[in-house]
Amino acid sequence: MKEVVEILAKALVDRPDQVSVNMIEKEKSYLIELKVAPEDMGKVIGKQGRIARAIRMVVKAAATRQRKKVIVEII
Amino acid sequence: MEEVERTAKSVDEAVNLALADLGVAKEEVDVTVLEEPSKGLFGILGGKPARVKVAIKDTAARRAGNFLKSLFQAMDIPVELQIEEKDRLLNININGQDVGVLIGRRGETLDSLQYLLNLFVNKNQVQRCRVLLDVEGYRRRREETLERLAWKLADKARQRGRNVVLEPMSAQERRIIHTALQNRDDIYTFSEGEEPYRKIVISPKKHG
Repeated sequence: MKEVVEILAKALVDRPDQVSVNMIEKEKSYLIELKVAPEDMGKVIGKQGRIARAIRMVVKAAATRQRKKVIVEII
Repeated sequence: MEEVERTAKSVDEAVNLALADLGVAKEEVDVTVLEEPSKGLFGILGGKPARVKVAIKDTAARRAGNFLKSLFQAMDIPVELQIEEKDRLLNININGQDVGVLIGRRGETLDSLQYLLNLFVNKNQVQRCRVLLDVEGYRRRREETLERLAWKLADKARQRGRNVVLEPMSAQERRIIHTALQNRDDIYTFSEGEEPYRKIVISPKKHG
């Protein structure tokens, strides 16, 4: 799942080398933290969060076989 | 972008060797001749072979295909991709056993993936290209369902003489309904509300 977020983010930004993804396993969920270059923030969030929402939707599909929820945070 | 350099007696020969290396057809590459072959003295001494650079064209279809392949690999979903490109429209159909998860509720996941794919394919491109993504013909089936639904609700609007409001839909789906009903003269359609909650209203035409 971490890899899914990484592939999506790198496909959208101008500085793929600055993309870093961190996954933290919690009791009932996986927390995936996505970090990109400051100038690329808009590229992964989008107008009214449209891109961020699409990323979350695809990651959720990737995680359907997992029992836990997946939360993607952009930091 | 993938590219190779090859040397051979003639340009054609060098190109063919390169194509074999890359495993693609001639239409999918750009060829640069780095050095023309030259015959040396008496055809033996100092002859120079042809040297070419063959690079796979960075087409929208290829970018989209590579992106989806690596994404589905990461998602652990084996898929078969059918990609057609014509007139700056890219039609991609995904087939496979576990591809149902890629559709999601009412095609939400499919729409999201299509949106991200469009962004990626058109990133830093002068010529824009529209990508339509489908999973196992889902969109075609959905289109038929929407058309049937549209007609049923249009009849209802006429019979009751009242507006019928549909649930929120994407622009693509609303267009299917508007198009399906545009030739009916007993009702008319319009959309109201803000994205992503924009929805269609079917309204009976007042007679007399």
